[in-house]
Amino acid sequence: MMHHPLIGTPQDRVDGRAKVTGTARYVADFETGAEVLHAHVLNSAIAIGRIRRIDTTRALAVPGVVEVFTHENRPRTAWFSSSYKDDVGPPGKPLRPLYDSSISYSGEPVALVVAESYETARYAANLVEVEYEAKPHETDLLKQLPNSYVPKKRRSGINPPPRPKGSAASALESAPVKHVARYLIAAEHHNPMEMHATTVIREADGKLLIHDKIQGVYASKQYVCSVFGLSEDKVRVVSPFIGGAFGSGLRPHYQLFLAVMAAMALERSVKLVLTRDQQFTIAHRPETWNEVALGAKPDGTLTAIRHKAIGSTSRYEDHQEAVVNWTNLLYSAPDVQLEYELVQLDIETPTDMRAPGAPLGAFAAESAMDELAEKLGVDPLALRLHNDTQTDEVMNKYHTSKELRAACQLGAERFGWRHRPFAPRSMRQGRELIGWGLAFGAWEAQMQKHAARVMLDAEGHCTVGVATADLGTGTYTILAQIAAEALGLSMNKVTVLLGDSALPQAPVSGGSWTAASAGSAVHDACARLKAELLLAAQTQRGSPLVDAKLEEVMFDRERIVLMRDPMRAVSLQAAFAAGGRPRIVADGQAGPDQLTQLRYSSHTHSAVFVEARVDEELGQVRVTRAVSAVAAGRILNPKTARSQVVGGVVWGIGMALHEEAMADHNLGRWMNHNIAEYHIPAHADIHEIDVIFAEEKDMLTSPLGVKGLGEIGIVGTAAAVANAVWHATGRRVRELPMTIDKVLGLTPAHTEAR
Amino acid sequence: MRPFHYERPRALEEAIAGKTEASRFLGGGTNLIDLMKYDVERPASLLDLNRLEGLREVERDREGTLRIGALVSNADAAAHPLVREHHPLLADAILAGATPQLRNMATMGGNLLQRTRCYYFYDRLTPCNKREPGTGCPAKEGVNRIHAILGTSEHCIATHPSDMCVALAALEAVVVVRGPSGERRIRTEDFHRLPGDAPERDTTLDAREVVTAIEIPARLYGRHHTYLKLRDRLSYAFALVSVAVTMEMQEGRVSRLRVALGGVAHKPWRVPEAEALLEGRGPEEARFGAVADRLLQGARGYGHNDFKIGLARLAIARALHQAAAATPQSHVAKRIA
Repeated sequence: MMHHPLIGTPQDRVDGRAKVTGTARYVADFETGAEVLHAHVLNSAIAIGRIRRIDTTRALAVPGVVEVFTHENRPRTAWFSSSYKDDVGPPGKPLRPLYDSSISYSGEPVALVVAESYETARYAANLVEVEYEAKPHETDLLKQLPNSYVPKKRRSGINPPPRPKGSAASALESAPVKHVARYLIAAEHHNPMEMHATTVIREADGKLLIHDKIQGVYASKQYVCSVFGLSEDKVRVVSPFIGGAFGSGLRPHYQLFLAVMAAMALERSVKLVLTRDQQFTIAHRPETWNEVALGAKPDGTLTAIRHKAIGSTSRYEDHQEAVVNWTNLLYSAPDVQLEYELVQLDIETPTDMRAPGAPLGAFAAESAMDELAEKLGVDPLALRLHNDTQTDEVMNKYHTSKELRAACQLGAERFGWRHRPFAPRSMRQGRELIGWGLAFGAWEAQMQKHAARVMLDAEGHCTVGVATADLGTGTYTILAQIAAEALGLSMNKVTVLLGDSALPQAPVSGGSWTAASAGSAVHDACARLKAELLLAAQTQRGSPLVDAKLEEVMFDRERIVLMRDPMRAVSLQAAFAAGGRPRIVADGQAGPDQLTQLRYSSHTHSAVFVEARVDEELGQVRVTRAVSAVAAGRILNPKTARSQVVGGVVWGIGMALHEEAMADHNLGRWMNHNIAEYHIPAHADIHEIDVIFAEEKDMLTSPLGVKGLGEIGIVGTAAAVANAVWHATGRRVRELPMTIDKVLGLTPAHTEAR
Repeated sequence: MRPFHYERPRALEEAIAGKTEASRFLGGGTNLIDLMKYDVERPASLLDLNRLEGLREVERDREGTLRIGALVSNADAAAHPLVREHHPLLADAILAGATPQLRNMATMGGNLLQRTRCYYFYDRLTPCNKREPGTGCPAKEGVNRIHAILGTSEHCIATHPSDMCVALAALEAVVVVRGPSGERRIRTEDFHRLPGDAPERDTTLDAREVVTAIEIPARLYGRHHTYLKLRDRLSYAFALVSVAVTMEMQEGRVSRLRVALGGVAHKPWRVPEAEALLEGRGPEEARFGAVADRLLQGARGYGHNDFKIGLARLAIARALHQAAAATPQSHVAKRIA
């Protein structure tokens, strides 16, 4: 008899059909009837100052307009900014929309128009007249670099740089070979397909059913209860599908506050969908400046690492990311100094964006490693492997597992790295120069506390419930696989419910922790359910499993089978009949193991290989080939896993070549706030992308052996593209995005100054 | 968007009679409707031309002049056998712009009238002389990566965003318009205008005139043409710099050269003196730089767009090479020939 494994096999998305046929409901798809009111936000035109006068007369006169909320007439909400805090928010005072007349960034909401139709609300918002009293603002990171500071209070969950080891300064001074350079990455805005939106349904008993674009429904629920002083039983948040979020849905944003405020004040259901332009007023990846200094012996052994990063944040919150730690996590050196500082600007608070911090630091450090390899005259892959760490030198811990070398070997072989000529400008075809570059990447493998519930009925239908979100990542599918395999069911017998605050609690889905954490919680619930099923099976008169222990049986094809004697089996149906209950419910949990965490550090790793072709005269770059080789523990579903990594690589290419939020520093305002002018890769920019998973056995990170894949795909990609462009052209671009003018050297680099 | 009247005239005369300063003709709507949502265009009424007859034809007369009706979609024009055979440059330029979905909707007449992509023009919470005359031009000292380097004024440094129009300029096309006083033919280079002190006006079209057709005179450039477009991503991005070239050859010499630049000015940019530098001679690569210099004479940058001067010089030289070598740039393969 064969046991059919599901985990580790490529499975189609269980929600794929619902998505392509349009039956999957996103936030704006709820409550489409005439009874719902539509709200539209008017955003501030100035960066900092106050509203001197706001006149809503003309807007209110428009037929169909129900109310216009401003700071002057908003309902009372929580007084203290601490009531507006969320779990992943940084230290500081969160934005309180429409709280008073003060403005802290260009794009902050100044009015909310509520009307019977979306078009009416949007039109009337244009009729609200606002007179501002602007104060001098500052939005230029480079100008403010001298005012950088070490954040006083660390952001929960983000490790600040470790204390210096030895003296990097003196080690650099005496290093036979060294490289020092600055690297700059532009601010980027999250642009998921689905806009941020909130639909608040006010039920007859005054309870609120909220659909919010959020990466975890409990985050919205807790925020609403705290800000509006509602008890937990008054609020339910249901967001079964999220059309991409990439970090922008980790924190509740102003549309949630405003929609709930309006629904409560007007005692009506309210829908608020942001426009694409307004996506540029809620969150972004901070513009980040880096300086990297590397010292090495002539044989390539690193003697010193210094990496300093300065990121931008708002005036009201100290957003922090792990930017510099990765450099020492990947490479060993006796003298290390890692520093991370912030600069406050009059902008909205930055928010985590896919692998927050890591690709920023990796672009700097992995470009610098390439530049050092060039100075040393060694192959950049050889230099990396030579300095590869075997332990986590940042936290002084062992790795739970680290198959970066294996991944690297597989990737290099697939890519053909050994054929790479050392010197730049060595390969060409016609007018295009061809270059090959690589970079390493790392990301944390984390577990977060998750609860799960699994219910099985006598017909063999299984329902799995976890409050976590599927952001398009494949969570529905992998949880179905885990439950189906554990209980010996086929996939189509399993229904997964997510994104509902009535389900067992889970934190926001982010940081690549969902597969490991939610997956383990489901696995645990299944284990408990199996124990109950076995007990039930044993109550059957003359049960063939009467003396069987749980570890001696397997659940296969809707039967409980004794492994040493497969003839001894009880069908699930018989077990249910014997147990006398129509269904069995089991709760499970998962969370970080404190002891393991004390001793071990756990990360995913990748080696990314990229081919770039650059028109020699015109500087047009085409990334014609990419191989991303990943070591990330056990891969639950190679199909959705590949998709995750491909998405990361595409974004990495976009980060390298396209994405840039451009600010007008005179107006203190992002200007290219639409996706015609804010560029992400188009199909024409993307060619072959190969994803390889190196085998990595790791039973320490999570009970399932899973590490998580959400972030690792992007981490090293931009650096690999920059290294490939250098290898093609001989020109080192240290600022992202590497637009055509930078590749040609036609625009002076900011990184030369200071 | 603001409330507006919507009308569907059944005859051209009716459309013209109904047109006022405050109304707009609607073709594909790919630009106009967006701008209405942004509260940039605020027409009192829309006159939808799509019911009109006689504006969807593509014909070629005995002299070889190609006439394309104003309501022909960009996609249909680019795919039309007469266009592909006689003016592949036009097909290439159309296909270099937008996306299939947009080209399916966008009309030839509408494309002529599409408005700038200047960030400030689109953002009603910022000043803009083109949107609201007299409020100022923050682009000059602001974010101006996509802005003009030629023919700018102190009031406006916006560019014309169309790819199609750049090809039409190189093809010396004529825009046929009809107004209350009858039909008028306007050379493409006179159709679009420089901003001067009236940046709110993009064209020389009268408020009551409607574009009815585009006429392209017969030209025997064969495969000696190209539309080379450089941009910030390889599809669905407006040109940083683009170059349209037709090069007619006789016995190894350039008998007629037309070069038009896109992405650099408030209108497709042509300089007859630059074209004359190659006419009557062989297409010598050594002289391409001089042609580029003449085309770019007087160019100035505003900071972020300084690079466009150097980039345009390189692009012009390459485009002339492509035209001379009869290897027009493909808009399917993104590798530059």
